Amino acid sequence: MLVEIGHFALVLALSMSFVQGTLPIIGAHYNKQSWMALARPTALLQLMLILISFVALTIAFLGSDFSLKIVVNNSHTLKPLLYKISGVWGNHEGSMLLWVLILAIYGGAIATWGKNLRPALRARVLSIQGLLGFGFMLFILFTSNPFDRISPAPINGQDLNPLLQDPGLAFHPPLLYLGYVGLSTTFSFAVAALIEGKVDPVWARWVRPWALVAWGFLTSGIVLGSWWAYYELGWGGWWFWDPVENASFMPWLAATALLHSAIVLEKRDTLKSWTVFLAIIAFALSILGTFIVRSGVITSVHAFASDPGRGVFILALLVITIGTAFVLFGWRAPLLKGSNLFQPISREGGLLINNFLLTVASASILLGTLYPLFIDVLELGKISVGAPYFNAVFVPLMTPMILIMGLAPFMTWKRADILVGMSKLKIAGILSILVFIGVWFIKDKATVLASFGIGVSAWLFLATLSELKNRINLFGIPFKESINKLLRQPRGSWGMTLAHSGLAIAVAGMTASSAWKVESIQNMNTGNSINVAGYEFKLEDVRQVRGPNYLATRGIFAVSKHNSNKIIMKPEKRIYAVSQQPTTEAAIEPTLLGDLYIVIGDKNKDGSYITRIYFNPLVPWMWFGAILMVLGSIVSLTDRRYRIGAPSSRKMLRQSTSDPVESINT
Amino acid sequence: MKPVYFLPAIGFVIVVIYLVKGLELAQERAPSFIPSVLINTPVTNFNLDAISGQQRGLSYSDLIGKVSIVNVFASWCEACKFEHKMLMRIKTNGRIPIYGINWKEKDRSSGPAWLRRYGNPYRLIGDDPNSVGAIAFGVTKAPESFVIDRKGFIRLKRTGPITPEYWENKMLPTIERLINQ
Amino acid sequence: MKPKNKRLSLIVATMTALAASVALILVAFEDNVVFFYSPSDLLKKRPGPTQKLRIGGLVKKDSIKREPGVTEVSFEVTDLNNSVPVVFNGILPDLFREEQGVVAEGRYREQLFYATQILAKHDEQYMPPEVAESLKKSGKWKGPVELEK
Repeated sequence: MLVEIGHFALVLALSMSFVQGTLPIIGAHYNKQSWMALARPTALLQLMLILISFVALTIAFLGSDFSLKIVVNNSHTLKPLLYKISGVWGNHEGSMLLWVLILAIYGGAIATWGKNLRPALRARVLSIQGLLGFGFMLFILFTSNPFDRISPAPINGQDLNPLLQDPGLAFHPPLLYLGYVGLSTTFSFAVAALIEGKVDPVWARWVRPWALVAWGFLTSGIVLGSWWAYYELGWGGWWFWDPVENASFMPWLAATALLHSAIVLEKRDTLKSWTVFLAIIAFALSILGTFIVRSGVITSVHAFASDPGRGVFILALLVITIGTAFVLFGWRAPLLKGSNLFQPISREGGLLINNFLLTVASASILLGTLYPLFIDVLELGKISVGAPYFNAVFVPLMTPMILIMGLAPFMTWKRADILVGMSKLKIAGILSILVFIGVWFIKDKATVLASFGIGVSAWLFLATLSELKNRINLFGIPFKESINKLLRQPRGSWGMTLAHSGLAIAVAGMTASSAWKVESIQNMNTGNSINVAGYEFKLEDVRQVRGPNYLATRGIFAVSKHNSNKIIMKPEKRIYAVSQQPTTEAAIEPTLLGDLYIVIGDKNKDGSYITRIYFNPLVPWMWFGAILMVLGSIVSLTDRRYRIGAPSSRKMLRQSTSDPVESINT
Repeated sequence: MKPVYFLPAIGFVIVVIYLVKGLELAQERAPSFIPSVLINTPVTNFNLDAISGQQRGLSYSDLIGKVSIVNVFASWCEACKFEHKMLMRIKTNGRIPIYGINWKEKDRSSGPAWLRRYGNPYRLIGDDPNSVGAIAFGVTKAPESFVIDRKGFIRLKRTGPITPEYWENKMLPTIERLINQ
Repeated sequence: MKPKNKRLSLIVATMTALAASVALILVAFEDNVVFFYSPSDLLKKRPGPTQKLRIGGLVKKDSIKREPGVTEVSFEVTDLNNSVPVVFNGILPDLFREEQGVVAEGRYREQLFYATQILAKHDEQYMPPEVAESLKKSGKWKGPVELEK
């Protein structure tokens, strides 16, 4: 019964989205208030209906209703509660339902918080959201219906892939979708603006918080996925440049560029068509990512249950939405003329260069990801493009970007004196060069490049702090006044400081863990010990343990450094009962300077075990930096300027030109 | 109108063309798309022992002279449990015999235990711990079912459980056609 | 600078930057694209000992060998026509099994493939498309059990 309600609610939501997608936008064209007014109630109603549908499916999973095909294929009565819930989106059909639910949530959010949007713009934006929902719901109902029954109902299900039975991965898809789908809002704003032929600072002010929300979720989703790969796959790495990872990273780069170009648009009323272009591209890359992951067009070790049949529909959605948007862009974008010129050396200039670098980086990843496909289609052979390509392209592009990131906040809008900015950064510059040289000398095995990477991250961190110091005029005015100034800083500025310093810390972690990883593979009997990176690892015991739905071989390691206190680490190799699939559970012990990481492998004929022990330097820094970045987006979002109504653009412009050191406010 | 603003649209079209081509390739290569080489070829000679508790096993000669279904099952296969009710329905229907191949049981008693618990839809069952029968039919995974004609040719192959829809729309029509030939 | 000159220099700067990025990407492709071979291709084409490449096929039954006391493992990758011996030092992926599809990356020297990385998918019922392709080409694909002959 409940399943029928869920199914029916989804059909109703489809028709509701059709009304939402057509009447308000037509009303906006003919200036019919009553039609435009339909946008908000339909958006909210659609949200409610999809929510009912989603809850119904969740209850079916919780109650192990094996008359549903999706439950049979992805659940099992033995499964722990958390994974019964995450089973809802741990498969294609359910994850598409989650996708439209999130789409509707964003639509509902615009309807709720968009009260002071211009009515015509709001009607158009919500209509475009409605059309997107309509397309995806058609897709679900026709090709991937989660409410398909199976008859006769089997006694038990097939269980979720054990690799997915993990708390990190349980929340990875929802966060990632909140990010991907969040970019639909900026897309809708961009298309609405193209239809109106008008983009102004007020529009940018409206777009920024949505871009920020999407960016924050996308960042946390990507990091969670990377963290999962780090501890679950047992390869000691955290990023593999796999097509599935690239699929989420490309929209992130585009969203980062969008976030910053929207600032320029808001403050300086320029870079209009560029910002609109980025908004379209960011969402296009999100859909493209979904296509890559689900169609099986590109080989990936990480992709689950890909199916070319579904690919056809996603590709059709991609062509219709993004194709329309690009044609509209070609036709209408020439109308969007910026009103303010700027010198190449200025804050706009700095932001534009970084925008350029981010876009090129994103394009190079797209090219690397699709290149095997191009070659294959042209019948030139079968190739793969791996990490070496991406590192070779990405690092040279990001290095100047980070250097400029430190400098740009010191530059004034419109026209800046680069020497003035540099002079304020003298100390930061000298210190980071010292860090570079210091690391190079102290660390044995240190390469110039890796040491330089650490120097670059130090530069960004110190420059960001200098910017904060400069803003509160520390040591220039009495200390107490500085503190007062510090407390009165707008939340947006805090957001920038957090996000930029977070990136600096993360970059240090990425560099160090790639360059100075220590790895040791050996056979160990119980009682054996081995020295890795100054720590002594002793295999004390190997036990067989039983989990709720798996059996595990658990190694007990005692780890100590210079006879200090022992730490016990317990890596496992599990075999899941239903699917007989093995998984690796690495044991990880974070320390300030790096992670101790142990994987236990197969048993040899002589009774010993293969073990793999890593010291992964500064990996905890990476997670910490990422948390700071997400925190930055949250703090920025609470900035009161987003909550009050949109101010007149002229007043704002005057403010920004008279206050050259006002921050970038991410 | 400025052509430069249409560059994104043009780039997009190029990418889409490749994606469409790639999708076609992916469709051709999807594992389910690998054509079963054994369709419309005769079953090779095989002879399987009986599972415990049964009188006779299954051999090639049992299949000759009538249209039949050969079903590969195992107690370790979850989807087989689900398919089982459908097999019982086909048995009650009585138009066509089902022969079973009990594939790769780790424990030789689990096959018979399974039949005691859920019922036996098979006329004859062959025990196939070493994949001898599975090779004769080109089995890739369980459950898998084959429709065999009077001369011992494989005419239809189903990978995965026989669903009521598949039975109605594909299997039954094929069987009726073969019977009426 | 006059506005016209300024515009020109801006265009030149943009073009230079674009050209530089394209050059960067092309050079990176040149050095880092890895070709895929089936075992038969490998024996036919004989790539140089320094060229990085990937091979794919099925892990041959009973070919996985591990000497006691060393972590090195050796096995054979086959497309059912030809097979190539592979050595690898490390822990194999969880889903590495006999008769299952596998992709190995590494270099081919003196009749031996030295793998630096072994890829097997997270999904059990998986056949890497390249592997399926090379099996289809060998004309012997009937499924994994075929190997037991």
